[in-house]
Formats: sequence, C-alpha cells, structure tokens
Amino acid sequence: MSASEEQNSPEAEAPDEEEMDVETSEPIEPLKPEEGKNGAGATIFLFFILGFAASLIVGWVVFPKLLYSKKIQPINFNHALHVAEAAEGCESCHYFREDGSFSGVPTISHCIECHENVNGEDPEEKKFVREYVEAGKEVPWLIYAKQPASVFFSHAAHVITAKMECVACHGPIGESTETRIYEENRLTGYSRDIWGKNISGIKQHSWERMKMDDCADCHMQKATSEKESGVQQSLTRQLREMVSVAFPNVMEVKKGSSVQTEKDACFVCHK
Amino acid sequence: MKIDRRSFLSFIVGGAAGTALTPLPWKITDDLSIWSQNWPWTPVPPNGEVTFVNSVCRLCPGGCGITVRKVDARAVKIEGMDGYPVNDGGICPLGLSGLQLLYGPTRIPYPMKRKGNRGDGKWEKISWEKAVSEVVTKLGEIRKNNRPHGLACISESDRGTVAGLMARFMSAFGSQNFIRQPSMEDSYELALYLMHGIRAEAGFDIENAAFVLSFGSGVIEGWGSPVRMFRANSKLIKTGGKVVQIEARLSKSAAKSDKWIPINPGTETALALAMAHVIIKEGLYNKDFIENHAFGFEDWTDGQGNKQQGFKSLVTATYAPENVAEATGVEKAVIVSLARHFARASKPLAICGRGQGRTSSAIGEFLAVQALNALVGNINQEGGFHAISDNDYIDWPEIETDQIASNGLQNGRLDEAGSENYASVRYLPHRFFENIIAETGYPIQVLFAAGANPLYSLPDTKAVKAALDKVPFIVSFSSFMDETAQYSDIILPDHTYLERYEDVPTPIGLQKPIIGLTRPVVSPQLDTKHLGDVILGIAKGLGGSMAQAFPWKSYEACLEKTLGRKLDTLLDKGYWSPAVFSVPEWIKAFETASGKFEFVVSDQDGNGDRKTKPIADWYTGVESQGDPVTYPLLLIPYDSMRLVNGFVGDPPFVIKTVEDTVLKGKDVFIEINPKTAKQLGLSEGKYARLTTPKGNAKVRVHLFEGIKEGIIALPRGLGHTAYDSYIADKGVNYNELIGAVYDPVSGLDAAWGIRAKLGKA
Repeated sequence: MSASEEQNSPEAEAPDEEEMDVETSEPIEPLKPEEGKNGAGATIFLFFILGFAASLIVGWVVFPKLLYSKKIQPINFNHALHVAEAAEGCESCHYFREDGSFSGVPTISHCIECHENVNGEDPEEKKFVREYVEAGKEVPWLIYAKQPASVFFSHAAHVITAKMECVACHGPIGESTETRIYEENRLTGYSRDIWGKNISGIKQHSWERMKMDDCADCHMQKATSEKESGVQQSLTRQLREMVSVAFPNVMEVKKGSSVQTEKDACFVCHK
Repeated sequence: MKIDRRSFLSFIVGGAAGTALTPLPWKITDDLSIWSQNWPWTPVPPNGEVTFVNSVCRLCPGGCGITVRKVDARAVKIEGMDGYPVNDGGICPLGLSGLQLLYGPTRIPYPMKRKGNRGDGKWEKISWEKAVSEVVTKLGEIRKNNRPHGLACISESDRGTVAGLMARFMSAFGSQNFIRQPSMEDSYELALYLMHGIRAEAGFDIENAAFVLSFGSGVIEGWGSPVRMFRANSKLIKTGGKVVQIEARLSKSAAKSDKWIPINPGTETALALAMAHVIIKEGLYNKDFIENHAFGFEDWTDGQGNKQQGFKSLVTATYAPENVAEATGVEKAVIVSLARHFARASKPLAICGRGQGRTSSAIGEFLAVQALNALVGNINQEGGFHAISDNDYIDWPEIETDQIASNGLQNGRLDEAGSENYASVRYLPHRFFENIIAETGYPIQVLFAAGANPLYSLPDTKAVKAALDKVPFIVSFSSFMDETAQYSDIILPDHTYLERYEDVPTPIGLQKPIIGLTRPVVSPQLDTKHLGDVILGIAKGLGGSMAQAFPWKSYEACLEKTLGRKLDTLLDKGYWSPAVFSVPEWIKAFETASGKFEFVVSDQDGNGDRKTKPIADWYTGVESQGDPVTYPLLLIPYDSMRLVNGFVGDPPFVIKTVEDTVLKGKDVFIEINPKTAKQLGLSEGKYARLTTPKGNAKVRVHLFEGIKEGIIALPRGLGHTAYDSYIADKGVNYNELIGAVYDPVSGLDAAWGIRAKLGKA
C-alpha cells in the first residue's frame, strides 16, 4: 500500500486506522485478513521492542559515554606520599585561612615551600618543577569536587563547627597514589563525581554523589537526631518554609538552619 | 516483514518508553539547568584567598579612604575605609566603580606615538626607552635654542609629591608655566590670601555648624569632598541645624535644604553684601572680632594720606536690601530675615563655589561671602570657617638652575598670573590658552598634560583645540584615552590610582590637616609607568642641572625620603595627622599687613606698601556673555553625583544611574520652566536647537518648575568624544557652549553661565 493510493481512495477520507487497513489493503494484498493483522501486529510489536531496547542501550550505555569526556590531570599527584611526608597531614595543604575561608587546592606559592627544587627521582615532580614552579605558573588542576558558582558551601561550618571528617564528602582521596581520570560533563563542565559514577545516581558511600539531595539527606539526619520528636517530612517541611518566606504573616516562622535569616529556604545555600 | 509508517511510529513509542526508563531525560534536564547558569556572560565571583588593601581614592579631589577587597590577585570590590577621617566607611558611586576604570577598555596599554594627523586615533606602539628618549630629545632641542620657557604643564592638582615633582621639573627646566586646572580652589585660595594674608586651604566645619548658608554650593551634589559632605549634612540636620540654599535652580541640595531662595544667577555678591548691610545696620555682627581683629571695616587712610572707603560705608551706602531686591530677584523682607537668622544663629557658616566647585568664580563673590563669615566671627571657630595652612611636609633641596633655566624663568608666566595686573593669583589657565591663540608673549613648544583633560574640561573647547593646534608637541601622561590624550603626539601612560603609591594632602574643605596614602592594590595591569618615575627618567635623560635637581633613584625612594617617619604611620594606619592640632586663635591667624582680617583688599608690593583699588571694584560680580536681545535666555550648568566631572568620565555603572529626564539614548535634556517653554512653543520631550555666542547643540526639552523663568540648565559631565561607548557621544559638553568671562580684578574666569536662545529643532 502506498500513500498515494491511500489518498486516492474515496473511502480513505479520515477512516479509522484499523478499518482502513482491512478494507483498502484487501484487493492489493491477497492475504487472509487475520494473517495480515497478526503479521502487522507482530511487526509493530517488534519495532516497539527494538525502539525500547535501543533507547535503553542509548540511555544507559551510549549516553554516559557521550556525555563525559576523559581528561588527565596535568601532574600525576600522589596524595598518600604527601600525607606521609607533610607534617600536618591534610591540613598542610588544605587549610583554613585566617578569615575562616577554606584554601581548597593549594596554589603554586604554597607548593614552592617544599618544591623550589626537585627533591626526588619522580619524573612527575621534575615535570612539575620545570613547567610550573620555574615558570611561575599555576597548575591547572581539574577539581573533582568543584560545584557551580550558585552553590554556597562553607567548609568552616562543616569541618570546624560540625566536626565532620573530610572523608564524608571527599572519600578516601588522601590514600590515593595517583590521580584518577577526570571525567568532565560536556554540557556543564563539572566533574562526573558530582552526579556520581553510577549514572542512575545510586550510591553506596556518602561521598559518591554531591547533588542537592545529598546535602538534604545529611541535613535531615542531623535534624532528626537533634529534634527529639515530631520531625516533619522533608516535603511538608519545605512547603511550610516556602509559605512562611513568601507570606510571613500567614504562617509562623520557625527557627531554621540559617544563622542570617533563621529560615531554611533556598537562599541559605543558593546565592 | 514490512517496515511502514506504523512500524516507525511503534519504534518511536518504544524508544520513548525505554528512554523514560533510563536516566537520560532526568540527567539531561539537570545538566541543561546547570549549563544555563554557566553562560560566559554570567558574572561569577572568583574563588580564592580574600585580602583587603587600604588606600586613598584619587578619582576626585575628595580624597576618601578606600578598602579594596581582593580575591587572590584580582581586585573585586571597592568600599569606604572605616575610621578614615574624611569619609569613615562611606563611598560614592564613582569611587565604587573604580574597578571598571582599572580593568576597563579605556586604558592606554603602553607608550604610544601618533601616526597620521593629530586626533586621527592612529597610534604606534613604542617602548618606554624610546618614549622617554623622544621627549628628552624634544626638550633638549628647546633648551639648546635657549627657549626653556616654551615648555608648559597643565596638571589636575599642584599639591603632593607627584605634582611637586612636576612643578620642580618645570622650574629646573627654566619655565614658569605650570598650570593647575581651574576650580573653586583658585577663588578660595585668593580670597584667603587677600583677606587672611596666608596661602591656605578653605576648611568648613559643617558637621558642627548650626546654620549653613550656601551660595549655590551643591552640598549633596559633589561639592568639596562629596562623601564627607553627605555625612556632614546629615549630622547637621540630625542635630537640628538649618541649611539655606541660594540658587537659581531647585537642585538636589536645594530640595533637601530647609529653605531655598531662588536668585537670579550672577547676583550672589549683591545678595551677600545686602545681608552684610542688614547685619551691620542692626548691629548683629561680632563686635569683638570686628573691632579687635579686622581691618578696613571702617574708612581708613592709606600711606599716601588718601581717604579710603571701608567695608561698612560701602555696604551701607550701596547695598540696602531694597536696592538689590530687583536685581537679585529676592524680596527685601526675605533678605532682611535671612540676614537676621544667619547673624543670630549660634554657629553660622557661609559657603560658596557653585555646584561641585569645579570652576573658579569672581573673587568679589568669595570676598563677600567670606565677609559674612567675618561679620559673624566664625573664622577658626567650631562650626565655622577654618583656614588650613597646607602642611608643609615637602622639603626638598633648593634647585640649582643653570644659565639656560635662569634665563627662561625671566620670561614670566604666559598666563600673566603673578604679573602686575594679577599679582596674587597663581594660575590663569584660560588666559594661557588665549595667549597661545593670540600669539601674545612667546610660543609654547611643548605641553605636558598630567592628570588634566583641558580639551574637555576647560570652557570654550573649540578655542582650547585651536590653542593646542599651535603647540607643536603635546605629551600626555594620562592613564585613559581621554580627549586630550587623543589629541596628543605621544602618550606615556601613568599607572591608575589602584596601581601606584602617592601621598594625598588634606582634601578640599577638610577642617584639619591630614595626609593620606594611595598605594598599589594590584600590580600594574598594563605596560604603564608611575608619572613620578617618568619625570625622574626624563630629568636624568636631560642630564646636567636637571639630573642634579632630582637626586632620587625612584619615585618610591623620593616618597620615602620626603615623608620620613610619617610613612610608617601612613602604611600602618592609612593616614597621618598631627598629634595635636588646633586652628590658630584670631590674634595669630592673620598674616596681612595689618595682622588682622582685612575687608579691604590690597596687594602688597615689595616694600609692604598697600596698592589698592577702591573697595567697590573688588566686591563685584561679572555679567554673562552675549547680548540679551539676540539671546533672551540664560544658560546655567548644573552638577550631579551621577555625572562625573573631573579628569575621568562616567564609568558604565555610574552612567546607568542617570535619570532619563537628563539623558535618554544619546540625547541630553535641557531644563526649562513650563512658562518659558510655552512662550517658545516647546513641550516636554521635544527636540530644540540651543544656541549661545560660543556654539550650538541639539537638545531635548524637559519641563521643570524648579527653575526660574527665562533660565535654562544643562548638566555638566556629558558630551565626551573619548572613552568607551557607555559615555562617548552621549549628550552635549557644556564647555563647548560657553566661554571664559574674566573677573577684571583677579583675572580668574568668572563665567557662571552664558546668554542663550532656544528654538525648535
């Protein structure tokens, strides 16, 4: 059956699809109607399955491969070695500044304190000293934990006040002996670590994903343990907060987690 | 098996169903939302170590302390410095926007030499060595020809070490032609020299005053040190003080004052003298001050035995309120009541200098206003007028000039300041450019422009341009591509104020002496060089006595040596002020021939004899230019905090704040009273042709009831032809429409407006 035949046929004007199939195909295809119906049905089902399977493969296998590009760190850094050598462990390089802000990844001026000259035999160290220290250039480290600019995160509140361990969010990075491949999201430019290695978003350890829900998980647990009873579900709690922010006169504002606003609304973390 | 339309649709449906069971749609949605936050034009604060650097702003003469927040090497925010004596944490819109000037596209990135014709905008990049040697060669030539006085320099300021080095360079070279951009400082400085007998800065203790009488000073529109004035004004109001604004137009300062007295512009002198008349007539003046510490109040006899008129008989004879009521447009009863309120106030203070005070005025006006201060005896008193002698911390060795320089210095100044006719005045920039055009005196062969932009900011820009055309070699030291830099032959760009060290002497209007320190907030961003170092470099290049006059290795070495121990305090605290400071008592305050405050103005010759003109000659204002028949209207300028009016133009942030009744698109609005507009057949928003004896411009009409009939007002600070697209070609430069009007006694430019006509465009 061709499209032109279908259009020429006077009965084909806005017919029901099934009827059209039965009536107009008969003179051309000399098959029994049942057989034609079953055959066409099977084909359609087959294509449904094909489409279904293809999309599953695309969604679960091809898409993640396409979404992330693989990058290698400029210098293969050995955390374990540095933690063993440095006097104050993690804090030797990742420290709090005087004003309470967190230094994050150390700058070259910090590295120079030990690496003004090549100390050992490692070719990576030689490369580091030659290309960055001597050239006075910052190392363009690819930061696995980097969050978008709209996320406000205070290390001081979590590490100093709440006494959380680095591992809780960053994992056992301090034990690594070489840098992993950095998988960069081609759309966002952020590391795959933020969404999590598992594309479905399932995590086994607390550090394997760092999306907003993961912040919320931990904060909910904290809230549950701190309030003895009557903890609201997260959804109702969020709704109540939104109402209390938008219509302050309608609902009583309860003291939330923000020191500034005493609310738990979006702008505590999103600037 | 047939693949038909239905199979295809089925495939799609299957695909859609399958896709819904993969993370793809959710992940893509999430990623797209993050992607949309990371578009390259979305500003993102840099991440890094936060530090703060204290410095002093140099974008206007206000001298505010600033604290600049830096993230790593990048300056990200300028704030007012807490505890700084001038602004204590406050900052103005221009100061806030300074980073746009530092990182913006209007900066001159490296030394440049003109290619093609002047003003064509074609430049060749040259090295610093070549730039300095070009200037040295040119200067060497004019010295070789025995014409060192052919060098002139126009500078924004004449105080502090950088201006000091420039002035020293001129003297050592053999030229007296160091010129300062005009401002109310010219008039105040001269008034203080004539009346107090000292070279001093005017200081206003507005914070502690009880009654401020402002003759057109834009107290909250950038007059004096803008941030300090905002705060002082607020403090004055909070403590119950009163402000009276005398001005033809309802400015922001007038609107916020307790009483606005609309006056016919240019008649302020007469009004002040009429007030003096009432105060004297009613015996409301401070008798202790007038009888014991003032001279020339009563009639007196000069050295030749001639009877001379004193201030009292001048004002009682001529300036009765009823005599000036018509000319000033202020009723007699208002003058009388104003005079009584002023004289009876516990701490009265009269101030002048129109708008932001960026122009000089007739000396008579300043003398008359200062006479009011003297009558109420507020000089050097709390809440009154303070004369602050410049703290003389610059003590450099005497210059040993060579024969060429000594000969050059004999030629005097081209602008005639300090000559017999204008003995006490220091700078007359307008006369300087006029004499170049008229080829009076001697030719100027090399002109330095340092922190000044005469081609934009002096009246009658066409004439200034004509004068520049007669100067064969113009050297600009500007950091920004301003109008004068565009019209120069070679540019040796200075660091911006956020990249250099510089001392900042007592800001204008402050009632106690301080020194501030501008220091590098960031390292030089471009291939620029400190002006001080460039001067030292040129002097060294010239060699001989020039090199000897500058014994310092670098500008920083010079600054260290000059400031001595004060530098430690400056680096530590951000400013230096004398440990103990009090303004001198009346008995010691005046260094005139009589040792008293002098109402009678007299220049002293070398023998200490008074040479004076009759007192009535001094206490006068000037008429505006243009004949009233051809030009029935009066055009006056006005200033605004939202329009920058100095050597820089509005940065993008500031120009965005300008109301669309002032500037819309590229059109500027002229303010006009609705009645005057009706007579001219003009209505709101209509285009009109504004013509003055000096030029014409297309403007739009804004009806404003806060301006007197027959008067029209144009904002200053627009109509730049240089800088970036945020400011260039927007509106009209007021200076293109006016010319200088000479004050016959002082020689200063006293133009307060110009006659004009307005027709349909």
